[in-house]
Amino acid sequence: MEFLSQVAAVAWKDLRVEFRSREILYTMTFFAAMVLLIFSFAFVTREGVVLPDVIPGILWVAVAFSGTLGLSRAFDRERESDTMRGLLLAPCSRTAIFLGKAIGIATFILIVEIVVVPMTAVLFGAPLFDHAVPLVLILILATIGYSVVGSVFAAMLLRTRSRDVLLPVVLYPILVPLLIAGTKATAALLEGAGDPTAVADLDAAYFWIKFLAVYDMIFIATALWTFESLVIE
Amino acid sequence: MSIRSISVSNVTKRYGLHRALAGVSLELDAGSLCALLGPNGAGKSTLLGILSTLVRASSGQVAYRRDDGDERDPLALRRQIGVLAHSSFMYGELTGLENLAFYGQLYGVAEARARAQALLDDVELDERARNRPARTYSRGMLQRLALARALLHDPTVLLLDEPFTGLDRTGASSLANALADAKQSERILLVVTHDLEAIAGLTDHVVVLKRGKLVHEDRRSQAVGRADELGFSYEDLKTIYHQHTG
Repeated sequence: MEFLSQVAAVAWKDLRVEFRSREILYTMTFFAAMVLLIFSFAFVTREGVVLPDVIPGILWVAVAFSGTLGLSRAFDRERESDTMRGLLLAPCSRTAIFLGKAIGIATFILIVEIVVVPMTAVLFGAPLFDHAVPLVLILILATIGYSVVGSVFAAMLLRTRSRDVLLPVVLYPILVPLLIAGTKATAALLEGAGDPTAVADLDAAYFWIKFLAVYDMIFIATALWTFESLVIE
Repeated sequence: MSIRSISVSNVTKRYGLHRALAGVSLELDAGSLCALLGPNGAGKSTLLGILSTLVRASSGQVAYRRDDGDERDPLALRRQIGVLAHSSFMYGELTGLENLAFYGQLYGVAEARARAQALLDDVELDERARNRPARTYSRGMLQRLALARALLHDPTVLLLDEPFTGLDRTGASSLANALADAKQSERILLVVTHDLEAIAGLTDHVVVLKRGKLVHEDRRSQAVGRADELGFSYEDLKTIYHQHTG
């Protein structure tokens, strides 16, 4: 019970700080919206025809890149006034601190997705909401995996110089399976979009959803195991 | 069970090729205030980091002794250690009160908000100040808030790094009184400072570090309740400091 209250305290603190400053959410959302807008000019023809195969990729590029901005800033805040040390001095499990931070970041990414997914549907005319349940599962599982892996690397780079440059370099190779799974699962939901006789490939979508769930489990376990050694000097 | 003493044996800390501490050994006892002196880069903050469990020693041992044996559980240990560092550990967007209430929750302090209010009274941060975002605080106000955070969970070990920085005369004198009280209530106090005047009279144990090595250690026993009589005077501290640091 005390553990959960500590996880909640750390996550709530991150949300409260963000709701006061609003810098992470505004930056992430603006960046993701710009990515979608630029791609919409590139991939929507004058006749309004969209190349359907590119839509999942565009959606996940927007989420992944804006997520890195959020991760970087959320951990940068713990450097100002050295608050990460303040957290680590507290008599609570480092796992609680890690989970609290990851939940905070996952919340930021989910809020961005709430804006970005309908925007993708509108700009590209993509029937993303025809299969809302698998879509929500894909988004939630991918966001959890992203936040967990991202929090580990952001914490690891907290004391390094050039961490803003290094974070995407070390993070994206590990995120490749997650981004492929997210893209493939979304593509399966959009299969045959625009063709009234075609149906979405739900079997493929659920295969990738299971893949995301396994990815999350592996990386949550690894993160909980390694976090303490990453943050101790 | 409270920690009664801390025993540091042959502790070394290396950061790559740089040796921050070289075989430091010392004993810190309850009811004593140890002044840790030394020039910049002597390894004082590193030693504080190791004692606070934030930094892992490359070799050597730190034992936290209770009456019934050593305390080895890191969570139980951190529950008894209060740290005041160079940085305030405060979130600028949260108010002083919210910051303390947050840390109170992490430390498992019962009635965290009420305890935070009481400590803010003690460090003389008024109602208006405590409800303002910490980013609007002056250096001295932040230091008072940081001191309240260090005392929040009523620790038996107090590790203070330059606690007098930014404090005005009233603040410095309140802190000196708080240190005297803490000493009388049998806490272990380790103070890193260059403000020798502020700790004069309170200090009964002096340790000087230079280039990571312990170059001087001296103790003076004090009569209980007469902390001001037998401690090291300002002149003593100044002489010791200059003798060993050049």
